[in-house]
Amino acid sequence: MNAIDALPWWAAVTVAFLLVLGGLITLLGTVGLLRLKTFYQRIHGPAITITLGTGCILIASMVYFTVIQSRPVIHEILIGAFVLMTAPVVSMLIMRAAIYRDPRTGGAARVARDTTEAQPPSDNQDG
Amino acid sequence: MRRWFPSPMLSIGLLLMWLMLNQSLALAHWMLGGVLAIVAPVLARPLQPHGYARIARPLALFRLLGMSAIEIVRSCFNVSQIILFRRADGVNSQFIRIPLDLHSPHGLALLSCLINMTPGTVWVDLLPDRHELLLHVFDLHDERWWVETIKTRYERPIIELFEAPPATGQGGKA
Amino acid sequence: MTVGTLLSLAIGFALVCVVLAMMLCTLRLIIGPSAQDRVLALDTLWMCTMLLALMLGIRYASQIYFEAALVIALLGFVSTIALAKFLMRGEVIE
Repeated sequence: MNAIDALPWWAAVTVAFLLVLGGLITLLGTVGLLRLKTFYQRIHGPAITITLGTGCILIASMVYFTVIQSRPVIHEILIGAFVLMTAPVVSMLIMRAAIYRDPRTGGAARVARDTTEAQPPSDNQDG
Repeated sequence: MRRWFPSPMLSIGLLLMWLMLNQSLALAHWMLGGVLAIVAPVLARPLQPHGYARIARPLALFRLLGMSAIEIVRSCFNVSQIILFRRADGVNSQFIRIPLDLHSPHGLALLSCLINMTPGTVWVDLLPDRHELLLHVFDLHDERWWVETIKTRYERPIIELFEAPPATGQGGKA
Repeated sequence: MTVGTLLSLAIGFALVCVVLAMMLCTLRLIIGPSAQDRVLALDTLWMCTMLLALMLGIRYASQIYFEAALVIALLGFVSTIALAKFLMRGEVIE
């Protein structure tokens, strides 16, 4: 790990802080995935992993490679842009699939096709 | 000009993506990326049923994106606080309905992406008959506040972006 | 404490965190009461794998892992979309 020892201290501290923060946030999102009660609550847990956790680690990677290669390395932005563009689509599709399959609503998502009024599922009951 | 660059922003984005993927600023990569930036939007135009979006004010778009980035970080900390410290059955998650005035399909797509990116809210569906949005909120404390926030901070800038004075801006004119 | 040990400690801590996160995802994948829970857990598992690849890139100071992370992100997106579509309609290609 010779490359690491050549790092100036400010870069090392920044990268270390971002890595620790990103790791903790990633862990926290999956703790939410495991701990929350209903599916509709669980879908919000991984959202913080995807946005802030990924963001922290991508910025850490950018700072690290920029400093050790002493040229701007910013192609991690591509991963960030891709994840930020696709994560909303994924969560919306999973949510609609869940509502469609929810036995309590009988498929409220069918409202999109039938234009009949359907009640959204109430989230108070334990599911 | 319009024929060869139906969407300048998309072309610039593709060129930047090519240069970043190759991590090089050599002339050859500028040329290859330029070919990609010209050919891909022209070939992909028939795939867009509503035509490419016309963004009236790019600066307003960047201001909106910056605002939602701050919002994302703020609600990340709110959600993680709830996950860590609240008892699981004390979380009040609800479906709420929000009436929308936005009709542009590109605007609706941008709005759904921004809402879904923010932790704590998931866009569920657009109820077609009354033009309402069904939204799931992780921890609801005040429904009125959510409606106000979505309408003033997200919907109004997007309407200004896409439905600006020349109302013929979008649609298959190209 | 030198700069190198500080960074090594931070990378080790972050790696442990992400691996723990992947274990929790796997747990949800196994116990998940409904199919949509399993799809959500699988999607989060893809994300964590991508983060793990990025961290290994920092750990070994190698840019190769960037391409791996990009491919993992692409594959994760496509597979989750296909699974969600399957849950909704019962078929992927219609």
